[in-house]
Parts: sequence; structure tokens; C-alpha cells
Amino acid sequence: MARQLMKGNEAIAEAAIRAGVEAYFGYPITPQTELLEYMSRRMPELGRVFLQAESELAAINMVYGAACAGRRAMTSSSSPGISLMQEGLSYIAASEVPAVIVDVMRGGPGLGNIAPSQSDYLQMVKMAGHGDFKPIVLAPATVPEAVQLTGLAFELAERYRTIVTVLLDGVLGQMMEPVELPPMRPLPAERPAWSLTGAGGRAKNVILPFRMQPDDLETLNVRLQRKIADIAQHETRYKEYLIDEADEPAELIVVAFGTAGRIALSAVKEARQKGIRVGLHRPITLSPFPDKRLSRLADEARGFLVVEMNAGQMLEDVRLAVGGQAPVRFVGRMGGQLPMPEDILQAIEKLDAEAGRLLDHKIEGPVTLLSTARLQRRQTVN
Amino acid sequence: MMHYDFVFSGFGGQGVLFGSQLLAYAAMEAGLHVTWIPSYGPEMRGGTANCTVVISDQEIGAPVLRRPSAVVAMNYPSVQKYEPLIALGGLLVYNASLVVHPPTRADIRCAPILASEIAAELGNPKLLNVVLLGALLHLTGALPIEIVEHALEAHLPARRREMLDANRRALWKGAEAAQALLAPA
Repeated sequence: MARQLMKGNEAIAEAAIRAGVEAYFGYPITPQTELLEYMSRRMPELGRVFLQAESELAAINMVYGAACAGRRAMTSSSSPGISLMQEGLSYIAASEVPAVIVDVMRGGPGLGNIAPSQSDYLQMVKMAGHGDFKPIVLAPATVPEAVQLTGLAFELAERYRTIVTVLLDGVLGQMMEPVELPPMRPLPAERPAWSLTGAGGRAKNVILPFRMQPDDLETLNVRLQRKIADIAQHETRYKEYLIDEADEPAELIVVAFGTAGRIALSAVKEARQKGIRVGLHRPITLSPFPDKRLSRLADEARGFLVVEMNAGQMLEDVRLAVGGQAPVRFVGRMGGQLPMPEDILQAIEKLDAEAGRLLDHKIEGPVTLLSTARLQRRQTVN
Repeated sequence: MMHYDFVFSGFGGQGVLFGSQLLAYAAMEAGLHVTWIPSYGPEMRGGTANCTVVISDQEIGAPVLRRPSAVVAMNYPSVQKYEPLIALGGLLVYNASLVVHPPTRADIRCAPILASEIAAELGNPKLLNVVLLGALLHLTGALPIEIVEHALEAHLPARRREMLDANRRALWKGAEAAQALLAPA
């Protein structure tokens, strides 16, 4: 099939349609709105459900209802809207029904701004709502990867009866890249055995977001935890660049996801040209996090550099995985600003010079939060 | 390795989006990797809008840059904004029809193109974006103009079909204007 130039938001919408989404519920918010807009046109064309809800709370509860009825359902939003959905997400998790959520992150906290950010990492990866649960979180770095992971999101949601979040930022939502779309997947002919389709002639199905008896709730909790462990074992995904180079394996590892990951790739390539033995590890599943692989890399690596468009949220997970075996430095920007390849290159060079020394006395490594003011001061000094 | 990055900047309505997308479509049709990203902030609602296009024969990392290597500036505020940012040895193609104070940097190439005038001569002042794109292609050699012509045919909106020929001529006129700049006086 021919390549098409598509915006991330629209490509994700079309990928969801081709993955067989039957019902979309949402509420507009920048930088995600094109996804909803695209759905408003395409879903009715195909005789499927599009509904612009009165709020994000309503949208997530419509997803919940449709999912309970065995329909392939999704919603999309951006950071403040996702916060409003937390209660519904927790109910969906307790009910063990599949749902796909797209979060096109923007600057925060509060209403923040509409610029790209990765500051929902902890919120989406650790819980996404109250109570003990963890959704699967997929983090694309390119528009073609966003298409691929959207398809995967529906598969995993149904296989594990869980929430799957596609987590990206405004850059990826707004940018265009050539994509090859997958073929249209047929809609399910039958509803899942557990779904609420009317009990006529069979034993009734019950889906509840509560278990009043502690013994019963504990049973659910244990099952959810087993599921999380099972997912970690089978679904952990990442992509690596310039790490296992035959003659010059990487001594320094940059860890970054999504847009920060692809920006870091430019810096890593430049650093390699300067003779620094550095590679990039880009987690694709943020939950489950590729901690085993990072821990293995830490056996050999001299140092790690985490790059994020936030104050250092995934940094916590990298530190846990590295477990003090090597220094972990951080460079990032907040406020909807992007770290640029030259900022990352500078941090790689610093790490290269300091990695041996840092290991002796400061295992964690320093955190560098760049800002416009700080970058201007740097320029003046140079 | 082939790698180009471009920023297109101008007032809303000057064709920043279409001009830069045309280049992105052409790059895709040439089988290359390409990223296109607009500024989507409040500046879209009045003021200067910009888009960044990166073209490469390898997987593209950063889709945005602090110091672009080539800039198409359709108005004066864009020249003011990007002249100081362009990478050493980079290129500034600007709409000389709207720029009163020409750029002064000696460490970049500057190409003044009377884009609004050329577009008006072709019968539609709105063609200035395509004129500047023609000049950019001539000066960088990023893609053959014929591939962009082909992209024009494929992606000019149906309601603008009657403008196809004028758009084509605008591309070549822009390239000619750039050629003339380089010719000995």
C-alpha cells in the first residue's frame, strides 16, 4: 500500500478505525483535537459510534459502558482532560474490561499550556487512578510507530482485559510523517463471553467496580497483580540504537522515550561521530518498563543519561533499574519546551568526562533542568 | 548521507503550510524520510506562523532544531526572527518585496527574491510561497523541481485545480530568480 503523509493525531485515529474500534467518545482539547475531529467524520461514515461527550468524565464513563457491553471502545484527550478521567479509569481497571486511551501530553501542572510535554509520565505509568492497578503504556516516537502501537493497543487491551494507554506529546500529535496504514480489520462477529449482552438463555454476567468483602477485593487485587506480572514478562518492548556495535559497544547509555527519544537519537549519532561510545535505549512500553534490560546494560555501562520533557519522571525508573551500578545523569526541559540535540550532546560529553569520577562519590549523578534563561546565560559565557 | 532541514515562516495566509507541505509530499514521493511540523501555538491566531521540514535518506531523529540550516522568510518579522538563528553557512531565502531592511549577516547566504511581485506577474499574489519554494530548491538542490511539480499535481486541492499551471510556473520563476542572483553582474 502507498505511503501517505499524515499528522500523528489523524494517523492514530485511522489506525484505531482499522484496528476495529466500534465506539469513540471524547471531548476536544489541544493538542489532541484533530484525533476527535477525524473520528467525527470517519466513524459515522462507517456506521460506527462517534459521540462528543459533555465532558471528559462523561466520555470515559461512556467508554466504560461500551466496553462492558463488549464493544471495542476508546477515548483520547490531553493532560488536564486525562486528569478528569482518573476515576473512570480506576473503575474500568476494577471491572477488568478492555479500553484504549490516547493521551497527547501538554505542559502542566494545571491548565498549563498547549505546548508538547512528557509530564504525565508518573500519572499514567504508575497508576492512572486510585487503587492498585497499572495500565499498559505504549510510547511511540514516530507517526508510523504511533500507527503500529495503536493497533497493538487494541490487541493487548482485549488479550489482558486491561486499559492500554498510548502516551505521546503535542509534537507527535501535530507532526506529519509518511505512514503505511494497515488493512482494515473486520469488526468482531461475536461479543466476548464475559460481556453484558443480555443474559437470555445463559447464566448472567456481572461486572462490578467494587468488592465489598475484603476477601473478595483481595482476590481481585491478587489477580490484577498476577496479570501485571504476566504482562511484564511477555509484553516489554524497547528499541535500541548504536548500543550493540560490534567493534565499539556503547559505554554510555542514553535513555529517552517518545519525542525526547528521537531528539536524543540525533545527539547520540553526533556524539558517535565525535568518537564517544554512546548508544540510545528507547523504551516503547513505559509500563511494563524494560528494567531487566537496563539492569543488564548497567553491568557494563560507565554511565547513563536520561532525557525527558519533564523534571525527571522516568528518571526514577531508570535509577531503580540501574540500582546504583553506574551514575545516572539527567537533562530535561519543562513548560512545553523541547531539549535540543546540542543540549543533549553537551550532557553526553559531560557524562563522558565525569562518569568514572562520579561513580566514586555520587552514585545518582546530577540533574540538569534547562530553561530559556539558563540557555541564554550559557550562550553569553561561550 | 543526505540531510536537509528547512523552516518556512510568514504571516497566516501567506501559504506557510501549503508551501512546506508541498516540499514534504515531494520528499515522500522521492522515497525519502521526511518530517513536517507546524508551530501550533497562539501565533497561529494572528502573527507569524512557521513550519519545520526535515528531509533525509536515513531515519530522522530530531524533527525540530534550534539553529535551522535553511529558512524561507515570507515577511519581515520572519527575517527578524530567523536571521540570528540560522546555522553558520546556512541559507536565508526571503521575500524581498516585503522586507525593508535586508539581512546583514555575512556568515550565511542570503537570497532576496521579489516573490510578491513575481507572483503578481503570474496573475496571483498568493503564489509567493511557491515562488520562494522554487528558489529554495534551486539554491539547495534538495530535490529536483520536477518532483515538486508532480507533488503539486497530486496535492493541489480540487478547488484550486485551475491554478495548477500558475503554480508550476511559480516554481520555475522562483528558481530562475535564484539563478539570476548567482549570475555575474
